[in-house]
Amino acid sequence: MKTTTLAALGLATTIATTATAEDIKVGLLLPYSGVYAALGNEIDAGFELGLEQFGSETDATFEIVREDTEVKPPVALGKAKKLILQENVDVIAGIVSSGVLGAVRDMVHGAAVPLIVANAGNDGATGADCSPFITRMSFSNGQVNRPMGTWMYEQGVRKVYTLAPDYAAGRQMIDAFEATFTAAGGEIVGQDFTPFQKTQDFGPYLTHAKSSGADALYVFYAGGEAISFVKQYDSFGLKTELPLYGSGFLTSSLYVNAQGPAAEGVIAVSHYVPTIENDANAKFVDGFTANVGRAPSEFAVQGYDAARALIEATKAGATDRASLANALRQVTFDGPRGTLSIDPATNNIVQPIYTYETVARADGLTQKVLAQLPSEADPANGCVMDPVSH
Amino acid sequence: MAGFFHVGGGSPKMITDLGFWTLQALNALQLSMLLFLLSVGLTVIFGLMHFVNLAHGALYALGAYFAASVAAMWGYWAALLLAPVAVAGVGVLLYSGFIQRMRKSGPMAQVLVTFGLIFVLLDMTRIVWGDLPLAIEVPAMLGGRLAVLGVEYPTYRVFIIVLGLVVLGGLAFVLGRTQIGAMIRAGVDNDEMAACLGINVERLFFCVFCVGCALAGLAGVVAAPLLSVTPDMSLQILIPTLIVIVIGGLGSLKGAVAGSLIYGFVQTFGAVLAPQLSSVLIYALLAAVLVIKPVGLFPAKG
Repeated sequence: MKTTTLAALGLATTIATTATAEDIKVGLLLPYSGVYAALGNEIDAGFELGLEQFGSETDATFEIVREDTEVKPPVALGKAKKLILQENVDVIAGIVSSGVLGAVRDMVHGAAVPLIVANAGNDGATGADCSPFITRMSFSNGQVNRPMGTWMYEQGVRKVYTLAPDYAAGRQMIDAFEATFTAAGGEIVGQDFTPFQKTQDFGPYLTHAKSSGADALYVFYAGGEAISFVKQYDSFGLKTELPLYGSGFLTSSLYVNAQGPAAEGVIAVSHYVPTIENDANAKFVDGFTANVGRAPSEFAVQGYDAARALIEATKAGATDRASLANALRQVTFDGPRGTLSIDPATNNIVQPIYTYETVARADGLTQKVLAQLPSEADPANGCVMDPVSH
Repeated sequence: MAGFFHVGGGSPKMITDLGFWTLQALNALQLSMLLFLLSVGLTVIFGLMHFVNLAHGALYALGAYFAASVAAMWGYWAALLLAPVAVAGVGVLLYSGFIQRMRKSGPMAQVLVTFGLIFVLLDMTRIVWGDLPLAIEVPAMLGGRLAVLGVEYPTYRVFIIVLGLVVLGGLAFVLGRTQIGAMIRAGVDNDEMAACLGINVERLFFCVFCVGCALAGLAGVVAAPLLSVTPDMSLQILIPTLIVIVIGGLGSLKGAVAGSLIYGFVQTFGAVLAPQLSSVLIYALLAAVLVIKPVGLFPAKG
């Protein structure tokens, strides 16, 4: 009797082990509360949709554990520890804020747990602070803005005034734009960095920019600041004399309708807009609209592609932390954004960049793609990593 | 020091351009008036009731959210009227639920409870209205720009300045020239003595509290089309409002006016003249006021 029980137990354990080998436990580490809750939910919805649409391509099954970072680095670090040590996840995906990414970086690197970054754009994360375990499926701040300097010069813009919030992302976005714009022959006639999340009235800066003699304004703002900024820009009547250009987040499809007619005519640069024309994007937009009831944003596609990358990695045979980390570095597929790949030298995504204009249609504001700019891998930026093992 | 008065790389032309400075002065005045609407309620509530209501900023956010909902149905003007009333209604609930009970429990307990209320109200706005920012369109009449003092200035901002001045005038009249105003001033000055003279101080407190809440709601409605309506707007406005009342002096209308104007002008011209220092300047000024005149510039009690 005793032996049969033991044998049965032994059998059960074997079955359990075989099952876990194909069951990938995913920790979603996202802000579900706090200032970036909207982005966390958007990425989550994209991730779910990615698993829903592509999950059948792989034998692996996915179990999701969600943890809320509250956009607080110390909280996020605690949650990452919980996911790694207690939940024993195979892979973590998410991370909206670069501050949170900085806080969990050493933890995931030290524990050798693969992390798929689904937003945080800090250049350093795939530069000097890069890790073979951290793969970024979203964007880097420099990557999105760099092509815009050259493009705007080609459009005949010569003198630009820049504005951005005074924190790392704001400075990286503007610096990347400034580098290519001045290299092309353009001139930055003035710039202000506004106190981050403390500036509600952009009037003083707009008045300043107006009197600077610039041809155009180039800015980076996101979320609530982007809405206030675009509306205030329009209220000062600057559209004709000082056209507004910006990093794509400025008129993201997530909140462009809150900006209303003020956003019309603003030209921005982004790695994704829901109006990109390709089959993969049509499938994504249809699925997302069916689930959520509105068009997806760049944040949603980042979650979607993070799930897709994970599926691709399991299709390549990855089953555990080490093999997933290695496989994620070699992922490449055609997605809504076009052809994506990971640059194994930095683990940052390589993707096309789009310039688009916000235009009014009968059913509201939408994005008209103006140009697709070529994919470029970021410079190594001080990143030194072991090569991918084959 | 070279960068100290560096003007964002602009041309020397704009320093001598009067229009530029007029525009910035209007910007400063507009910010001052918005802060005035918020701080006057908070400061009078404090002066009269010795009650620190940190949840005042949350009422401002609620005003903006109510306005977004009302404006979506009946337009901006209805929102301008109804949202402050709705916020005053929330004020009544707060008063009977918490504030009345907390009247004698000391500032530390009051600060903790009202600080907690900020987060409760913040999450309630998230649950009801969601995480995505909302917006209110300015009515056509207030869209566009007006020629003011030789410059083109957004009509809506002119409206904020005018509204602020009207509220200021109204409050100055009520507080300075009417019997209710005299009772309020007596209550601020010495509430026990006022009670001995037959003034129902508790009822007076209640009325002032509701008016203060309505003004916070009004500030929320007025700010909504200018800014975006987000759950964290209560936290963003709290610190500026507290700075205004600490600089101006607690409990007085004059203090709220002076504090708002100082904040508005320092913030606006700081951003233009010394952008690197703009976020520090106002705190430096706050520290200076606290060192030189700890009670603020125009405290209610001499």
